[in-house]
Amino acid sequence: MSLREKLKSGKFVVTAEIGPAKGVDIHEFNENAELLKGRIDAVNCTDQQSAVMRLGSLVACHLLKQKGIEPVFQMTCRDRNRIALQSDLLSAYVMGVENVLCLTGDYVTLGDHPDAKPVFDLDSVSLLYAARQLEQGKDLAGKELKGTPKFFLGACVTPGADPVEPQLIKMERKVKAGAQFFQTQAIYEPKTFEAFMKEAKKFGVPVLVGIVVLRSAAMAKFMNKNVAGIHVPDELIDEMDKADNKLQKGIEIAARLINEMKSMCQGTHVMAIGLESKVPAILDATKL
Amino acid sequence: MIISELKPFPEILGYLDGDKKVFIVGCKGCAQVCQTGDEPQVLEMKQKLEEEGKTITGYCVIDFLCDKALVKTRLFPHEDEIDAADSLLVMTCGIGVQATAAVVNKLVHPAANTINVGGASGEWRGSERCRECGDCVLDLTGGICPLTACTKWLINGPCGGTKNGKCEVEPDVRDCGWHLIYERLKKLGRLDKMQTMPIVKNYAKMQPPKHLRSTIMWALEQQETKV
Ligand code: SF4
Ligand code: SF4
Repeated sequence: MSLREKLKSGKFVVTAEIGPAKGVDIHEFNENAELLKGRIDAVNCTDQQSAVMRLGSLVACHLLKQKGIEPVFQMTCRDRNRIALQSDLLSAYVMGVENVLCLTGDYVTLGDHPDAKPVFDLDSVSLLYAARQLEQGKDLAGKELKGTPKFFLGACVTPGADPVEPQLIKMERKVKAGAQFFQTQAIYEPKTFEAFMKEAKKFGVPVLVGIVVLRSAAMAKFMNKNVAGIHVPDELIDEMDKADNKLQKGIEIAARLINEMKSMCQGTHVMAIGLESKVPAILDATKL
Repeated sequence: MIISELKPFPEILGYLDGDKKVFIVGCKGCAQVCQTGDEPQVLEMKQKLEEEGKTITGYCVIDFLCDKALVKTRLFPHEDEIDAADSLLVMTCGIGVQATAAVVNKLVHPAANTINVGGASGEWRGSERCRECGDCVLDLTGGICPLTACTKWLINGPCGGTKNGKCEVEPDVRDCGWHLIYERLKKLGRLDKMQTMPIVKNYAKMQPPKHLRSTIMWALEQQETKV
């Protein structure tokens, strides 16, 4: 069953992300992919994550497919204009990649090529719209296509944003433009997520709650200070601080969060950021 | 006003590599306010270049270096000095350098960088900016321009980088444009406007239309080149 079918059937799905290598050595990527195989429903390949130049996400998706793993092709609008983005959507379909997560993308100055010229010709909403147009046999310029692709289109939302209202307004725009599922930014407060889902439910699209695995109290504090829409509460920071085995604690907290929030949504998206190999341990702990 | 700042001296010296004799042009317009190309800066540049062994054949500080007709008449008395020079060093914004280049028959070097001010501003230089996108959406955004207030020029609402009303790019100084738009529309009770933005922006309209490439000034200049 594909991700689309699983979500349709009402199964609680699990996705995780792997970042393609900075370079051409794909050993680690392959190892992580093998570890995740069979344990999760789909794997996201990040697109030049944090504006850091790396191996492309479409090629990484292809590698996953070769292994029999269902990929989610992440696309940002930072590095390509509408011509290249639409072309890559067509390429994805031809390669058998159906799931596409449409993102705006971090600004270039946040990454390792701060001198680059940013594109942002489209953004998350207009990229979803473009993909929808392609599915209808036309490109953004209204020109006919030879053969039409079919996608399962995803988008991102930040449930922990303050205020959350602009997020919900944009989420609605994304749904109208074509989003069929959401993978959220990391959230550490089940109560906040519950309140968010109460509002988001009305859009009628599946939501996969985002989990970023904590590695230390310092990491949590860093995210609180620097990452938009993420708030790790003091109790969790304390718990991490006091733990002897930080790795074990991080896994335990991630599993606990999933268990607490799984009844509120349709799946979870685990962003392990360097701890991909620990994802199976998290799933073991949640009994998923 | 156009904001310019002098390039580092070694960069200027690099341009003049191989040129022994230089004529300097200054500007009393914006470059005077920016202290880029007024008389004191021109004289200082002259002295520094002479210390580096260059010969300054002459200099001229003109009221508005962007006015080609004026530049031409003011440079006329300096014709011999310009002829004697290998090249010209122009101490003002990019417009002044281009205008000078258009009326002399020598290579010109820019002594300054023209600084981006984030779009066109009014004659009264407040904080509002416009990128002249040709398809104004201010009706939908509570009168705040998303193309200048948002770092990524987004037109579909805030990105994931907005935090505490600040933009992910330089959160210490830069407001999130979409947070401002949200706050303004909320105050006006018109958040419904955020659902009605055009999804895809037409950037073709950012190319100047033909009739605006040929302004009255342009027509006048064409006349002048004929006589
Ligand atoms: S929307 Fe376009 S025309 Fe209107 S202020 Fe912004 S850039 Fe200028
Ligand atoms: S944080 Fe706000 S201003 Fe900055 S790019 Fe995102 S939406 Fe635009």
